[in-house]
Amino acid sequence: MEDEGGAKESWEPKIIGFFCNWCSYAGADLAGTSRIQYPTTIRIIKVMCSGRVNPQFVLKAFQEGADGVLVSGCHPGDCHYIEGNYHARRKLTLMEDLLEFTGVDPSRFQMSWVSASEGQKFAEVVTEFTERIKKLGPQTKLSGGEG
Amino acid sequence: MPDQSDDIVPQYYEDVPLEDDYLIQVPEIVMLDDEFVDLETEVKIVSEMGIRTKKRTIEGDVLIVGAGISGMQAALDVADKGYRVVLVDKSSTIGGNMVKLDKTFPTNDCSICTSAPKMVEVSRHPNITLLTYSELAGLDGEAGDFTAHVFRKSKYVDPDKCTGCDDCTEVCPIEVISPFEEKLAKRKAIYIEFPQAVPIVYTIDYENCVGCGACERVCEPNAISFLEKSDDIEVKVGSVIVATGYEVFEPLEMRQEYGYGKYPNVITAMQFERLLSSFGPTEGKAKRPSDGEKPKSIAWIQCVGSRSKQLGFPYCSRVCCMYATKEAAITKEAEPDTDMTIFYMDLRAYGKDFQEYYDNAKELGVRYIRGRPSSVYQNEDKSITIRYMDTHTREVTEKTVDLLVLSTAIMPSKDNKRLAEVLGIEVDESGFLKSESILSDPIQSTRKGVYLAGCNQGAKDIPDSVAMGSGAAAKAMVPIKDREQVVPAEPVPEKDVKGEPPRIGVFICHCGKNIASYVDVASVTDYAVTLPNVVYTTHEMFACSEDIQKKIKEKIEEEGLNRIIVAACSPRTHGPLFEDTMAEAGLNKYLFEMANIRNQCSWVHSHEPEKATQKSKDLIRMSVVKSALLEPLEERESDVIPKTLVIGGGLSGMRAAIALADMNIDTFIIEREKELGGNLKDLHSLFPSEIEASEIVNPLIERIKNDPHITVYTETELLGVDGFIGNFTAKIKAGEEEMELQFGTVIIATGFREINLDGRYGYGTSPKIVTQMDLEKKMKDGTLDKVKNVVMINCAGAMDEERPYCCRIGCGVAIKNAHLLKGLNPNAEITLLYRDIRVFGKDEEEYFANVIENDGVKIVRYLKEEQPDVSVDEDGNVTVTVKDAVYGDELTLTADLVVLTAQTEGGVETEKIKKMLKVPTGSGGFFTEAHAKIRPLDFASDGVYVSGSAHYPKNLADSIAQAEGAASRASIPILQGIVKGEGIISRIDPDKCSGCGLCVEVCPYGALQLDEDLKIAVVNVTLCKGCGACSGACPSGSARQMGYRDNQILAMLGSAMISGD
Repeated sequence: MEDEGGAKESWEPKIIGFFCNWCSYAGADLAGTSRIQYPTTIRIIKVMCSGRVNPQFVLKAFQEGADGVLVSGCHPGDCHYIEGNYHARRKLTLMEDLLEFTGVDPSRFQMSWVSASEGQKFAEVVTEFTERIKKLGPQTKLSGGEG
Repeated sequence: MPDQSDDIVPQYYEDVPLEDDYLIQVPEIVMLDDEFVDLETEVKIVSEMGIRTKKRTIEGDVLIVGAGISGMQAALDVADKGYRVVLVDKSSTIGGNMVKLDKTFPTNDCSICTSAPKMVEVSRHPNITLLTYSELAGLDGEAGDFTAHVFRKSKYVDPDKCTGCDDCTEVCPIEVISPFEEKLAKRKAIYIEFPQAVPIVYTIDYENCVGCGACERVCEPNAISFLEKSDDIEVKVGSVIVATGYEVFEPLEMRQEYGYGKYPNVITAMQFERLLSSFGPTEGKAKRPSDGEKPKSIAWIQCVGSRSKQLGFPYCSRVCCMYATKEAAITKEAEPDTDMTIFYMDLRAYGKDFQEYYDNAKELGVRYIRGRPSSVYQNEDKSITIRYMDTHTREVTEKTVDLLVLSTAIMPSKDNKRLAEVLGIEVDESGFLKSESILSDPIQSTRKGVYLAGCNQGAKDIPDSVAMGSGAAAKAMVPIKDREQVVPAEPVPEKDVKGEPPRIGVFICHCGKNIASYVDVASVTDYAVTLPNVVYTTHEMFACSEDIQKKIKEKIEEEGLNRIIVAACSPRTHGPLFEDTMAEAGLNKYLFEMANIRNQCSWVHSHEPEKATQKSKDLIRMSVVKSALLEPLEERESDVIPKTLVIGGGLSGMRAAIALADMNIDTFIIEREKELGGNLKDLHSLFPSEIEASEIVNPLIERIKNDPHITVYTETELLGVDGFIGNFTAKIKAGEEEMELQFGTVIIATGFREINLDGRYGYGTSPKIVTQMDLEKKMKDGTLDKVKNVVMINCAGAMDEERPYCCRIGCGVAIKNAHLLKGLNPNAEITLLYRDIRVFGKDEEEYFANVIENDGVKIVRYLKEEQPDVSVDEDGNVTVTVKDAVYGDELTLTADLVVLTAQTEGGVETEKIKKMLKVPTGSGGFFTEAHAKIRPLDFASDGVYVSGSAHYPKNLADSIAQAEGAASRASIPILQGIVKGEGIISRIDPDKCSGCGLCVEVCPYGALQLDEDLKIAVVNVTLCKGCGACSGACPSGSARQMGYRDNQILAMLGSAMISGD
């Protein structure tokens, strides 16, 4: 795997992010306001709450060729809808087993808690996740392509 | 604004012809000059356009003078209640001083980004008439029946024709120093103040215009009319709100030892804001004025013109510590190698999250040196050397920097005296407008029916100004409350686009240079037009500006657009603006999508323009595929129960209830204790004065008892709250009796309490060790023994690792009590141990200075790392040891009385209320408002508002202003009578639902239930808040979150992967 990543210097991973409207999407906005730079790898899809993220979305993202999927919501206890992020956490922890089963490295999937005031943290999460996916190389298990 | 008006005695007389009025002298002379005969030929054309010569009369309900953030908030609050506002501003645009700022502390929100939507909202509100470039010239009549005279200066540009194209400024030969840019740049004699100005109409500055006619020749829409006259408008209203703001001190005469005006690299903080602003003269880069180079070191000198009777103003300007911290921290973040130093006297990080913001700046490497520099001089390379004494090391030394920023005082507007005369109100000794009573009626001016808001009675930060704007909007209702409300115009009928093939219009924004500098917007536009269903694309300087709203509406008609995408900033800040525009064009607002190519693209990938351009294309493509699948959604309307529940019967709860009662709105107050009055009933007196608390609180209790609109439940517990805006039900237990209350809106006013010091500082081990609250009670009850040696310890349990915040009120309370103790025993030795003396704003600083000067209270500074120690020996003697941070001595003080200024936290019921009303809290258990700057009284959840110390501890004047503001906010849904529900809700597809009940389990609002007969889930749409948890859980795909349906999200997913071009 590492060879694969190393071989293609110019290869840029494609990451799909599902971000909740109230905390994480706002955190991503704040990273912008604060002009914090991070890799251009992520494409964010806004949802109202991380609890909206259906496991189907994650699988579908990998099928469509995503190299990594990031789901981000409010910190535990801070959910705008009281407990949506807890539902997300519970569902998506199981997701990891499912990914393992399908042969996708579960570390291509990550959940994070980013609040509306954590622009810096948001940028760090994206940067670190991008680094990790770069090491793993292109995801080909579900996309069926060659990366 | 021309400075000239300051020198001429401003007067207005009915019998003086307009031409002779001081404001118009110059223009008229210019026009009559023979040099301009060639213009004569134009006269006919112009006269055909129709020049106003007759006196206009505008009928309104409330006149608001000044359209800065406070005036705009007041205008929106009054207008939303259904009353007519006439909003007057002397500048050619609205927005005031706030729009000049780069970012705002302590959240670093971009200032223009948060104020621009408000400006647009004001200009589009059907109940607001905007008169810019106008001044108030007279006010006759009385509360309920005023006639105001407003002098509207001609802009010599027809507002209906001007498109804001900027062609005129390119040809104008005259350059004028721009007051908006704080003299750092020039503008032309025809100008707009800044790109997002509202209204976006150019103005000819007659004092500088030479009348060459160049602008007129290039103006394609023929908007320029040199003969357009100024006019005198009569405005009939019931009340007046004055929100005329402040000016910034220029240290040219006083404080000239700092070299401002003499050395190019000495600038004011407001000038620095313009340098940092992305639409400022250096496009957001801090540059030295002398050579345009990037400064390697910057210093700030605080209190320039503030806190000095001799060399400026006696008061504290309240905002400078934080704006200097903000400016330094932002610059440091962008340029980590720059050396930043702030010279300060006391660092007044007093507000919510301020201390944390200050701590963060220190962590970033901003250096704070305590000391007031004595002088500066310029070196050969134009760098500036500052001579100062560090009060901690007591060394006199020098520091050389590339750029010196002076944090200059907030001062009263020079026009205040004239304005006060015109309004028939009073000014105070500094020249600020005077409140009727700072402790009991801060918003009321000295004339009935005239109210004050914002910084015209003293410096304030943005949220306090906004709160006061709302407060004034509540007070201004009193004289007009029996008037009929405006019948709202029928909404534009919605076009039925169901079944039509999607026709998408994509509007791509430059955001000035914010997007266009890093993203190739032209190429993105060319790309967008190739996407399926896109029939129209354009790129614009500012998509949020007023002219583009007009354009969007036009294009919806011309091109038959039925979906709109704006690729710009964040839907969180600007989405509602564009949605309104669509509604005005008859398009359902849920057919709108936004591609976030600024906050989440250009700003964060500014080092990688090519990739940023690619990402912008991807984001737009994703929006386009979703847009095609969007469907119109309906917002259900429901009635509002015309009552408000106020939780907490302290000062702010009582004031909120009274303000509502004054608007004829019924309220319930529920209070845990036996009596109304909250903390106030235990206090002896209130700073910055010696007025006894009972003098303030008793009349309020009396008034409430006799008010038919207010029902009070004391010794009452809140058991639960159900419902939503317009229709809440609370279960309460009053005494032994349980009952239900129904109401439309709620105000949380649960106050604050001192923390439990839990044995720290010897608290609880000796009767000689008390908190400020204990001392207040003793003084009130008269049970305080005569004391000789008193030690007060400020910040007890505050600003440490556990509670990093500042309590905002402790310093003021301590100083007042020190003064009172000295009054009880003139021989008392009082030592006040402090970290920073945070008596901020007007009155408090003067009170403090007076106590220090006349009472001989000794003040000793200690550092966070060197906490004072309190010990009690076997005989009960109390000793305090502390290291004096200024003189370095170890002091041992014996004390008859140790008074601890204890840290504060949210009220005892906070946790419970937070869960019941589903609202958040932050540091210290204080409630978190919807937006720290521009929505200080609202929560993200509709219908719930916060006031007083439940939001953060505050003094009396701020609490009252906030309580009245919260009352204004809470009254809006009630006076509107209906609320609109969410369009984004869930629906169940009955054909697919298997009735498994997973959605019922995950719904946090109980909005889903299983229908026993049909064996499927059903949605209660009034309870659904649209989180989509059900859709996330549904295994059959039958729970559909409207606006975020599976097919919409999956389409975005699929398109995210395709390469852009």
